[in-house]
Amino acid sequence: MTTIYRKSTGLQDTELHYCPGCSHGTVHKLVAEVLEEMNAVDTSICICPVGCAVLAGNYFACDTIEAAHGRAPAVATAVKRLHPDQPVFTYQGDGDLASIGAAEIVHAAMRGEKFTTIFINNAIYGMTGGQMAPTTLIGQRATTAPLGRTVEQAGSPIRMAEMLSTLDGLVYAERVCVTDIPHLNKAKKAIRKAFQKQMAGEGFTFIEVIAACPTNWGMDIVEANQWLMEHMAAYYPLGVIKDKEAE
Amino acid sequence: MKREIWKGSEAIAEAAIRAGCRGFFGYPITPQNEIPEYMSLKMPESGGVFVQAESELAAINMVYGAAASGMRAMTSSSSPGISLKQEGISYMVGAELPGVIVNVMRGGPGLGSIQPGQSDYHQATRGGGNGDYRMVVLAPANLQEAVDVMADAFDIADQYRNPVMVLADGLIGQMMEPIVWKEHTPRVLPEKTWAADGRRGRAHNNFITSLLLEADACEKRNIGLKAKFDEMEKNECRWEEVNTEDAEVILVAYGTPARIALSAAEQLRAQGIKAGVLRPITVWPFPHARLRELAEGSCRGFLAVEMSQGQMVDDVRMAVGEKKPVGFYGRCGGVVPTVSEVRLAAEEFFKEVQ
Repeated sequence: MTTIYRKSTGLQDTELHYCPGCSHGTVHKLVAEVLEEMNAVDTSICICPVGCAVLAGNYFACDTIEAAHGRAPAVATAVKRLHPDQPVFTYQGDGDLASIGAAEIVHAAMRGEKFTTIFINNAIYGMTGGQMAPTTLIGQRATTAPLGRTVEQAGSPIRMAEMLSTLDGLVYAERVCVTDIPHLNKAKKAIRKAFQKQMAGEGFTFIEVIAACPTNWGMDIVEANQWLMEHMAAYYPLGVIKDKEAE
Repeated sequence: MKREIWKGSEAIAEAAIRAGCRGFFGYPITPQNEIPEYMSLKMPESGGVFVQAESELAAINMVYGAAASGMRAMTSSSSPGISLKQEGISYMVGAELPGVIVNVMRGGPGLGSIQPGQSDYHQATRGGGNGDYRMVVLAPANLQEAVDVMADAFDIADQYRNPVMVLADGLIGQMMEPIVWKEHTPRVLPEKTWAADGRRGRAHNNFITSLLLEADACEKRNIGLKAKFDEMEKNECRWEEVNTEDAEVILVAYGTPARIALSAAEQLRAQGIKAGVLRPITVWPFPHARLRELAEGSCRGFLAVEMSQGQMVDDVRMAVGEKKPVGFYGRCGGVVPTVSEVRLAAEEFFKEVQ
């Protein structure tokens, strides 16, 4: 019998708690596959956030440290510097990374810390129940912006990949999504490239995944993916934002 | 053994390196800048890691990361900066991570002053962060003790998997004194099999977290933490006594005020008032039992002397209860009391309790 598909050894044999249509599960799988393919499950250290991925250590098969809200890049800084030969990555959502942890991610990128950040941007606070995030689009409704986000009240959404790319310490930033197989394959390629650059000691690497949150967006899965491609990808353009090597 | 003159902050930093600290993460704040400055040069030389963090929050979370991955690490700061570190300290307790935090206290509240203070006693001894927790707090009164307790601090942290605070005041950090680098006998410590430092063949992954979503599970974890706090309380309490046996009045003080109290007590003895000094070296656990014992003896009262408006005095009152009168003398905001002030306060107190 030929095995045509099996679960990655980068994941534990357990059920995920994520909602139907949520991108977390898919991104977990991609990261796990990359770690497995790089033979790095046994050496990697994941720093997971506060937010929906707070339990990622129950899913990833590698050692995992759960950080305080937004502080994953600070935690990862110490872990990577003390374990320079091991792959280290943070896995953070947009409330965690772009709001409460803005200082930590900016300074980790500025210092050129040699770890990888997987940034899940679904334009909303997921775990706390759909509050407005710094990434929430103009007009998008949230429980703390019931009439939709306005520029007057909350400013314009923040593009983290572009902002961090202004820093010399960041060597590679790409924005991806996982709405269909071609995009998923691109996302996996980008994740692999980030880890390879990390292990080559090039500097800080950043993968932003624009992700679906059907539950808090109040949409079904198909609608959510359509909305993501139509609205999020328009404001958060997909593709390589910075590749220092290619420049 | 050779005596060397050291500055307080630098001696504390050197002692940490000698104790096997491999990560220092700090942020500038007066009056402790000599600690990160010293570490920036010496920590890399000794094979360790130094990072000047973007904030106190980042610094304590770097300690959290270092500790979670199995390495000895520390941070240092002064009062307002220590307030910012409370988040990380609470998380370290919750995730059962060892680490050392040095607080070189200044006057408060808010920015306060940059001169020596002891206004963070309640924050240090009652758990300054959220949650229901304790940590061992060592309060050196001279540089020899400061360097000696650094080695102990890392051992205690590792033994109980809990942060430990070294609570010094600005004077201890800034003064110069002779010290001797003693041979430290390390404790027998458990291996860090729990560390998230890469599985390397381990059958399961290690997941460091302070989160327990189910109330029953969280309560069970907290009961487990409490059992550790009880062990710390039983095993780690330290204090020093000078002339307490026949004392009519006992001055209770820690850190710099303890040195002043000692001089004041000598002068009181010369004047015919039998004064003694009890100096807590750990302010948590606090030597309640010993104070209670002394309160049952012939002493007429206890005078707490602090560089605050009265915080440690609460512990003295708790220990002494109604058995004997408890008085208080303190200066605050960065003002260091003089020997004669303390002596006069003790004379007044003695008149009241005689």
